[in-house]
Amino acid sequence: MNPSNGKGSMSTASSSAAWKAGDVVPDQFPAGLRVLVVDDDPTCLVILEKMLRACLYEVTKCNRAEIALSLLRENKNGFDIVISDVHMPDMDGFKLLEHIGLEMDLPVIMMSADDGKNVVMKGVTHGACDYLIKPVRIEALRNIWQHVVRKRKNEWRELEQSGSVEEGDRQQKPCDDLDYSSSANEGNWKSSKKRKDEEEETEERDDSSTLKKPRVVWSVELHQQFVAAVNQLGIDKAVPKKILELMNVPGLTRENVASHLQKYRLYLRRLSGVSQHHSSLNNSFMSPEATFGPMSSLNGLDLQTLAVTGQLPAQSLANLQAAGLGRSAAKSGIPMPLIDQRNLFSFENPKSRFGEGQQQHLSSSKPMNLLHGIPTTMEPKQLASLHQSAQSLGNMNVQVNSHGAQSSSLLMQMAKTQSRGNILNESAGSHLPTLPSSIGQPIISNGIAGGVIGRNEIGDNGRGTGYNQVAQTSSMLSFPMNHTTELAGNNFPIGSTPGISNVTSKGAFHEEVNSEIKSSAGFVPSYDIFNDLHPQKSQDWELQNVGLHFNASQNANPVQGNFNASQNANPVQGNLDVSSSVLVHQGYSSRQQGSGQNRNISAMGRTMFSGLEATGQGNEQIMDQLLNNLIVDTPVRVKYERFSDTSSQNALFADPFGQEDLMSALLKQQQGNTGPAEPDFDFDGYSIDNIPV
Amino acid sequence: MEVGQLQRRLVDYTKSLLTEGILDDQFTQLQKLQDEGNPGFLVEVVSLFFEDSEKLLNDITRALDQQSVDFKMVDAHVHQLKGSSSSMGAQKLKNACVTFRSFCDEQSMEGCLKSLQLVKQEYYDVKNKVETLFKMEKQIVAAGGSVPKTE
Repeated sequence: MNPSNGKGSMSTASSSAAWKAGDVVPDQFPAGLRVLVVDDDPTCLVILEKMLRACLYEVTKCNRAEIALSLLRENKNGFDIVISDVHMPDMDGFKLLEHIGLEMDLPVIMMSADDGKNVVMKGVTHGACDYLIKPVRIEALRNIWQHVVRKRKNEWRELEQSGSVEEGDRQQKPCDDLDYSSSANEGNWKSSKKRKDEEEETEERDDSSTLKKPRVVWSVELHQQFVAAVNQLGIDKAVPKKILELMNVPGLTRENVASHLQKYRLYLRRLSGVSQHHSSLNNSFMSPEATFGPMSSLNGLDLQTLAVTGQLPAQSLANLQAAGLGRSAAKSGIPMPLIDQRNLFSFENPKSRFGEGQQQHLSSSKPMNLLHGIPTTMEPKQLASLHQSAQSLGNMNVQVNSHGAQSSSLLMQMAKTQSRGNILNESAGSHLPTLPSSIGQPIISNGIAGGVIGRNEIGDNGRGTGYNQVAQTSSMLSFPMNHTTELAGNNFPIGSTPGISNVTSKGAFHEEVNSEIKSSAGFVPSYDIFNDLHPQKSQDWELQNVGLHFNASQNANPVQGNFNASQNANPVQGNLDVSSSVLVHQGYSSRQQGSGQNRNISAMGRTMFSGLEATGQGNEQIMDQLLNNLIVDTPVRVKYERFSDTSSQNALFADPFGQEDLMSALLKQQQGNTGPAEPDFDFDGYSIDNIPV
Repeated sequence: MEVGQLQRRLVDYTKSLLTEGILDDQFTQLQKLQDEGNPGFLVEVVSLFFEDSEKLLNDITRALDQQSVDFKMVDAHVHQLKGSSSSMGAQKLKNACVTFRSFCDEQSMEGCLKSLQLVKQEYYDVKNKVETLFKMEKQIVAAGGSVPKTE
């Protein structure tokens, strides 16, 4: 391989751009590409290693998925791409794929001697960027660098387009601006970002990673431009495309705007009334399409609960229910059984509880609330423990959580892993492997499962662990800025990559959302966001969710907005994409990419985290979702909107798991938030300063 | 035998293996890889393959020997064998694995046993032939020549 060739073929600009900060020497690219090969077959492993070396790549081989994951975790920026076999004894290749997608957001190539259409499709849906049939020929390996470039390019492009951020500064700026951009977040976000983050990213900040993800930093001016454009168009009519045109900011993409819009909407919702949020939250809970099918009914329950608790106005309850039901239709496949409903319900309860206790929770490093929905890797047991507060939910969640727990755990794990040292990591770490598989799979297949899981987890105390993780995540979120990064990137080890990444993004997103809200505080929309909810489910959801989130976060987190925790999940705005997609998915299944979305929902649960990671777009969505989750149970809802954007799509498919994780994360959040999620949408909690700029 | 002759014999032999389908182009690729600076590569890989395959065959035999056969597990093993044989370029062996797998799907005990026999046969066949090939290569090198590349 001729390094120069490699370079030449790839867009030099992008390569150089992407590798700007201290990346691997672009000049030699693709030589020196750091590949991790995972295959339990020793013969194949050796052959692949030889071939890759012949391509001048730097190869690390391992024969166990667990080892691969720990290698990747220890050395987040140590690899550029992963090649994994599908059939492995210790962990299914797809699960590994999900994990990687969620946690590290690296491009993953699947390979197998199996060339059946179903298997290949599975690879696609789980987010593999390519699928090779064995025997793998060296020619096929020569071009794998394209996947790396593509990813980086996307990220980079986002950054460029944001216009307000400079490449070099980008990474720093967003971080600095946002509180949550604390170092903790950084780590998480980074990994999650890579995956989906095309736009904002708080995570990406790490330059150390070779992948630079361009993130759009929504500076105050930029945001004001945005808001002006939105107002000009009318909040109801404000569509990303038009907003983009009005803003006329070079380098800003529609995706950037879309995700930002999502957040903004949530913010507005929050402003317009907590109660409304609740309803929206509920809706969001219900919305997650497939997963929320049953959720909707749950939502109804939740709504009622909320209403009762004063969090949800009766009307919103009705709305939510309607919405939820409506949404669930979208995904009716969702396996959310009644239990889920109960879970939702339980979420509600905890909510009130959280109101008071949340802060404690949050502060007590038991971030349950936020991430309730987020299935962290925590095992069901863990989840259960986590969710002690959400005992009420326990029953339900537990049941439903079986999957959810897993996803939660995954999420939690992810969150854990992501959050440097977050509590979540602890539990998540161990559970990751188990969860991802369970979650990932159910999620993807069921679509709903993921979502549901997420939710269940939260609501379910039984899942305790799940919650805990979530909680942790939430706590992470609670630091609106700081945590998000952590959560987003790391915490969601949730198996499937997508999910994982999503989760993280969520965290970030959250923060972003917060910030957005803050900044837009002055903009209390005159229209009733919640009203929109019903009719527009998808869009409203997001906002609603956001609103809810914020509120929830506020209550929940003494720190900044209660939802910070959830939001923290996506420190990187971009990350939310995944989650949002997941979340939104639920609500918006119809909206967006329909199919994609459905997936998302389930994925959302899972991908709650992954959503966070979903860069840029995903983040927002995730955040929305997270927010939603936090607030009510509709984690899904929020995200949905975001998915409409391309990012969501990516999020959806890219990390099927991620989304689910997100959903779960969201769910978790919602649950968690329910407590504190009192409809206080006061922005005070979210300092505007947090607005990622 | 002089080097030239040895080399010709080797080339012919390799060609015949390819024609018969014992080995396929993948094997040729591996040979080429070796040429790129790592002389012991192919031998190393092949040894690994043999080792792994024998272990798999034992596992399969044992699995089929159980009171209640776990076809899924058998299938997993066969799938693995299929993967490594295809990576090696052991075509006939790989095909035998494919057939074997279909019997696993059907959960046909008889079919599986027969397939196992066939797979074992093919395995030993390819093993012998490749070992012969390596011997020939060694001879050439010992005689001072270089191993000719297969077209």
